[in-house]
Amino acid sequence: MNANWIQEYKTALVLIVVLVVGLLSSFVVVPETEQAVVLRFGEPVRKINSFDPAKDFGQTGAGISARIPFAERLVRIDKRLLTVDMQQQQVLSTDQLRLNVDAYARFRIIDPVKMVRTAGTPDRVKEQLEPILTSVLRQELGKRTFQSLLTAERGQAMENIRKGLDRQAREYGAQVVDVRIKRADLPDGALESAFARMSAAREQEATTIRAQGQKEAQIIQGQAQATASKTYSDAFGKDPEFYDFYRAMQSYDRAFTPEQGGTTILLSPDNTYLKQFKGP
Amino acid sequence: MKTIGSAISRKARQLGALAMTGSKNPWGGGGRRGEEGSASGETGEHPEPRPDAAGPEKPSGPRNPWLPSGGGEPRRSASLDDIFKSRDRRGGGGGGGLPRLPQRPGGKSWFPLIVGGIALLWIGITSLHMVGPKEEGIVTTFGKYSRTIQPGVSLTMPWPFQNVDVTDVTSIKRDSIPEGDSEKLMLTSDQNLIDLSYLVRWSIKDLKLFKFRLDNPELTVREVAEAAMRASIAEITLDDALSGAGRGQVEQSVRQRMQRVLDGYQAGVLIQGVEIKKADPPAKVIGAFQQVTAAQQDAERDRSNARAWAQQLLARAQGDAAAFDKVYEEYKLSPQVTKRRMYYETMERVLANNEKVIVEADGVTPFLNLPESAKRATQTVEAGAGAGSGSGANAAAAGRGQ
Repeated sequence: MNANWIQEYKTALVLIVVLVVGLLSSFVVVPETEQAVVLRFGEPVRKINSFDPAKDFGQTGAGISARIPFAERLVRIDKRLLTVDMQQQQVLSTDQLRLNVDAYARFRIIDPVKMVRTAGTPDRVKEQLEPILTSVLRQELGKRTFQSLLTAERGQAMENIRKGLDRQAREYGAQVVDVRIKRADLPDGALESAFARMSAAREQEATTIRAQGQKEAQIIQGQAQATASKTYSDAFGKDPEFYDFYRAMQSYDRAFTPEQGGTTILLSPDNTYLKQFKGP
Repeated sequence: MKTIGSAISRKARQLGALAMTGSKNPWGGGGRRGEEGSASGETGEHPEPRPDAAGPEKPSGPRNPWLPSGGGEPRRSASLDDIFKSRDRRGGGGGGGLPRLPQRPGGKSWFPLIVGGIALLWIGITSLHMVGPKEEGIVTTFGKYSRTIQPGVSLTMPWPFQNVDVTDVTSIKRDSIPEGDSEKLMLTSDQNLIDLSYLVRWSIKDLKLFKFRLDNPELTVREVAEAAMRASIAEITLDDALSGAGRGQVEQSVRQRMQRVLDGYQAGVLIQGVEIKKADPPAKVIGAFQQVTAAQQDAERDRSNARAWAQQLLARAQGDAAAFDKVYEEYKLSPQVTKRRMYYETMERVLANNEKVIVEADGVTPFLNLPESAKRATQTVEAGAGAGSGSGANAAAAGRGQ
């Protein structure tokens, strides 16, 4: 019975299958993140959803489109911003200092037909761009001093690198949007000497700080002595003679205390203290 | 309610994935029923309860599943149903006669009902979307952007016509750079190195751009952050980078720089803020940096010691001067008496506390019992010798007394 059944509807079945396959192969879906080049027998005839910064999403031609089955083939290309990551490179500045530079470039395919003809796939474009980026970067950074590599001049250098790379990238239908140095590090040898220099600088700073502290302490003490001296002379200067007597009395008191050890004092009868000793 | 919705849409996605692999599409599933013995699984998705009343319709007694149902099925016009049924029977050969679904009243197959139910469920699941309060969804029609749906319930065409990609947009994402506790050295403008770790907070500004413009937006944010941080650190000196004021400046400039670059990429990302978590000297030179701190403390200690000493000295001087002034005032009133009084009082104290010898007349050589000579005298007495040795010293002392 099975065999009968299939025999009977064979034509219909085949028809349905052919219809479905035909329908499926005459429509293609291109998402927003992709653009496509339609090749008719290997020859690019049109673009679908190619990059256009003026148009918003939804108007660029993404979605479902028709094609001639079997005759036309689609090459899908990423429409998004892509990255070329450069391997770390050692760059020599004009003052003979070395710097390890890690950079990336961002690009997008703006001419998919050109790209299909020259490179084929975005990955191939990346492969092509990486050595160019390296050489342009070395060239540009090698013109500068180490100090200017680090600071504000970097902006101009990066712009030059971007332009240089962009010129080359246009050959592959790509546009370089940005080139940036991700990292700029000292190579190992230079790193050690930088550490040594930093340590030395800090040790010097520490010594300076200590010396400054001592100096300031001395100044404070000196000033205090001067002020004290002035206070004394202001007070005692009123009557130097009385000061002499007053201070002598204080001095006797302090010098001849039992704590200083008993002192034997020899007194002559002529001593002023014993004046009354002889009788009135 | 929301959880049910998301569960449903997840289910829909799974079903979608199944449907894509041709042979497993929901219509195909019905055909393979016998082969996989999943009759119960299929009916599980059936929204209508299976009437048990269908039981009695089943022919009584064991029935050979390999045999065609024979006269029970009158010849009808060809239908899709029949195609699958035939395939079903072919596949059932290896399955080992699992019980088939009992027939519906009227002898018709369950198959159209099951297919209809699945289709309904399918449409319900893939066209009704719940978007949470923090989320937004992007609707694409055959890959083409149609619209963005806001929080709440939205209706779209079912998959595969329209697809909805729901993403959390308002939550702030945090990227800690570097991840973990590893040391990240950066060059400052004075060619010193600093070990820096920081946190970038960002959110999605424009979901459309975020989804469609960049190859890998999350990685891009990290890379841009790193480039921006290095550029900003290279503009300031190590001391500024280590100090609090410099940090604020760096955080601000990194944020602006990142925003500028990402806007240039049309990344649809908003940088909320950049926070420097740690800015330390490199581990290898941290000892030298601690020495500086120690030196600062030493210097500060020296200074405060000096200040204390100075205060003491000044206070003493002021005290002495004030005391003198008081006495002097008194002295001015009656100089002679005061001077005498002070002299006698002092001498009294001095002499009362000390040994004293008064030499009366010039002709007398007194025996002076000085502490040293007294000791020596006792020794000489024991030795039986005279005490003449002390007299020279005595005479000298007496002379001084004059």
